[in-house]
Amino acid sequence: MIKFEVDNVSVEAKEGDTILGALRRNGVNVPTLCHMEDLAPTGACRICVVEVDGMRGLVPACSYPVAEGMKIKSRSPRVIEARRTVTQLLLANHPDDCLYCSRSGNCELQTIATELGVRQRLYRGQRATRKLDVSSPSVVRDPEKCILCGRCVRMCEEVQGVSAIDFIGRGSSTVIGTAFDRGLNVSSCINCGQCIVVCPTGALTERSHVDEVIAALADPDKYVVVQHAPAISVTIAEEFGVKPGTDADGRLVAALRRAGFDKVFDTSFSADLTIMEEGSELISRIRNNGVLPMITSCSPGWIKYVETFYPQLLPNVSTCKSPQQMLGALIKSFFAQTQGIAPEKIVSVSIMPCTAKKFEAQRPEFAPNGLPDVDYVLTTREAARLLRTCGINMERLEPDNADTPFGERSSAGKIFGAGGGVMEAAIRSAHFLLTGKELSEPKLTALRGTKDRKEMQLDIDGLKVGVAVVSGLGNARTLMNEIAAGRSDIHFIEVMACPGGCVGGGGQPIGLDRESVKERMKTLYNIDRDDALRVSHKNANVQRLYREFLGEPLGHRSHELLHTHYGKRDVLR
Amino acid sequence: MTTTVDSILAEYAGAGRDALIPILQRVQEREGYLSTDAIVRIGEKLDLPAAKIYGVATFYNQFRFQPRGKNHIMICRGTACHVKGSAKVLENISHRTGVEPGRTSRDGQFSIEVVACMGACALAPAVNVNGHFYPKVSPTKVDRLIQDCRDEETN
Ligand code: SF4
Ligand code: SF4
Ligand code: SF4
Ligand code: FES
Repeated sequence: MIKFEVDNVSVEAKEGDTILGALRRNGVNVPTLCHMEDLAPTGACRICVVEVDGMRGLVPACSYPVAEGMKIKSRSPRVIEARRTVTQLLLANHPDDCLYCSRSGNCELQTIATELGVRQRLYRGQRATRKLDVSSPSVVRDPEKCILCGRCVRMCEEVQGVSAIDFIGRGSSTVIGTAFDRGLNVSSCINCGQCIVVCPTGALTERSHVDEVIAALADPDKYVVVQHAPAISVTIAEEFGVKPGTDADGRLVAALRRAGFDKVFDTSFSADLTIMEEGSELISRIRNNGVLPMITSCSPGWIKYVETFYPQLLPNVSTCKSPQQMLGALIKSFFAQTQGIAPEKIVSVSIMPCTAKKFEAQRPEFAPNGLPDVDYVLTTREAARLLRTCGINMERLEPDNADTPFGERSSAGKIFGAGGGVMEAAIRSAHFLLTGKELSEPKLTALRGTKDRKEMQLDIDGLKVGVAVVSGLGNARTLMNEIAAGRSDIHFIEVMACPGGCVGGGGQPIGLDRESVKERMKTLYNIDRDDALRVSHKNANVQRLYREFLGEPLGHRSHELLHTHYGKRDVLR
Repeated sequence: MTTTVDSILAEYAGAGRDALIPILQRVQEREGYLSTDAIVRIGEKLDLPAAKIYGVATFYNQFRFQPRGKNHIMICRGTACHVKGSAKVLENISHRTGVEPGRTSRDGQFSIEVVACMGACALAPAVNVNGHFYPKVSPTKVDRLIQDCRDEETN
């Protein structure tokens, strides 16, 4: 323990704490902009300065360690003045757009300016006119609102290992941009949206489809259906100020129905279906000397990453479509047929924790005869915006159930939302498919939690299977390099592009931190613990779908509707 | 074209990322600019993402990313020229040609390069077109200069 003083009060810190960490733990708020949890500090923005006795200059709290006996002033006039000046300078060439900005209300710059009492413009810098980059189906970049904090660049490079964007130019003409200032759509960006989640301002947002969905809902000639991903119900409440880890499943369904969707389906249903197909594919690969390790294909950011950076691993990627695209395909085929609705009349919307899903939905692979299986993808944030625009108060609604035939789910499908959940669900069902028996303990602790890498060696009636789970593409890259270097004890790998899996997705509520990701995960696993149906293969609606329509897993119909192939991607990387 | 880059890269076999700037300089010397292909090849060799290389290269004024135009205009932005109004000259030339500093016009007629100092401080502000030197360039002179370049083209 280190003893130090802040504003004349004695407090304690842990060895190795930064001033920032120690102050926050002791109830002192310090504004930050360039600081990022879990990454080394850069000390770039200097909004976090404090005064330290005996030191001439102000010290950035985020990058300075506390020391025994240190005397810190966190709110002296000098500190406040310095922070105000930093803010004033950031605002000097910032557009006065708060009223029209998608981040107004949860913009860190706005909050800091408000908290510091910055109430008028002191410096009028030349306002740079910079073009919006709307080339990407997932991410919209507005460089005018960028304060060059560098968080997006670091996320993209240090966590995701993509480096699609960087600081371009120098001095007052510096911008965040892609190689050769081309559109994000032709860069190596894999659409994960993690840069959006860490951006303190409105410089990065998702490409929104809220208005299109509202228009479709109002169109009497359209039949509008919606599916919501496993991770949505445990995060959307945060958008309405409820604490992380609150499950709103039934109320979300009720709210969507109020909004006017003709059917509300649960993507966890097609997660169960994915397990049937993917589990069978794994077994078939093992039995028939197929390409191993097999790698999951649910995460469209990951798919684009393989296509861009590891095309040689494409044969390892499962041919299963993602749960979103499986359900999309079924809605416009099986569902349309059984309901007697023309597929052209159906507007298929999905609510996803993910901006890469927007990209996935518009891939040509998923638009048979030019008709997309999924028309619009809304992130969790957009879904909340839709409900707000429509004046729906989710909290006051009675919980409701999702619609048949795609409403029933097992909790194995539900835990898809947590990194490691797909693997856990797959092992539960693979065990049954191989042995005809259920796992004695469905909970696979080794695959849970927020660690960078989780591995497990299984013995299924003598069949040795090694599995690994990674999330965050930087972690995926490390594992892929091990595989490329000849590691052969792993047969099945789950990769999620976003750290922590879908609960940490790029479409999730802003203000993501490690703790809220943990809370969201915990809630998913609690749902699983308490659920009566914990394995995908016992989902009665899935079984019925096979009986009445699909036939067998990996059968002809399945291949046509539920599987696909991906190819190498040539982009500037 | 890639072969030029490859031969330069071959000279730097085994070199690390700190060789980036010298390699970029060599490539620009030989090819006149840094093409997309060149940057991608260099990136593969040094295991650096294209965006990173572009970021580093744009940090320095010396690199260009488009081939030079038929009329390559260099404008001195040294202290003496600055005092004598080179900013205005640059703005004028940029406006008249429709080209931003460091860029090349779409028709390939003009490219503009800003240089730190040409060493002609007594004759500020100084401009150089295709190696030909123009002293004490006033805004009106700019108009004529550009017109001359255009006329040469039509003749
Ligand atoms: S980014 Fe923040 S400060 Fe800037 S316009 Fe948007 S809400 Fe306002
Ligand atoms: S979406 Fe992901 S890959 Fe694309 S720029 Fe943002 S962080 Fe990088
Ligand atoms: S885009 Fe956002 S995260 Fe990136 S540097 Fe600008 S303000 Fe920071
Ligand atoms: S948050 Fe400390 S310098 Fe930016």
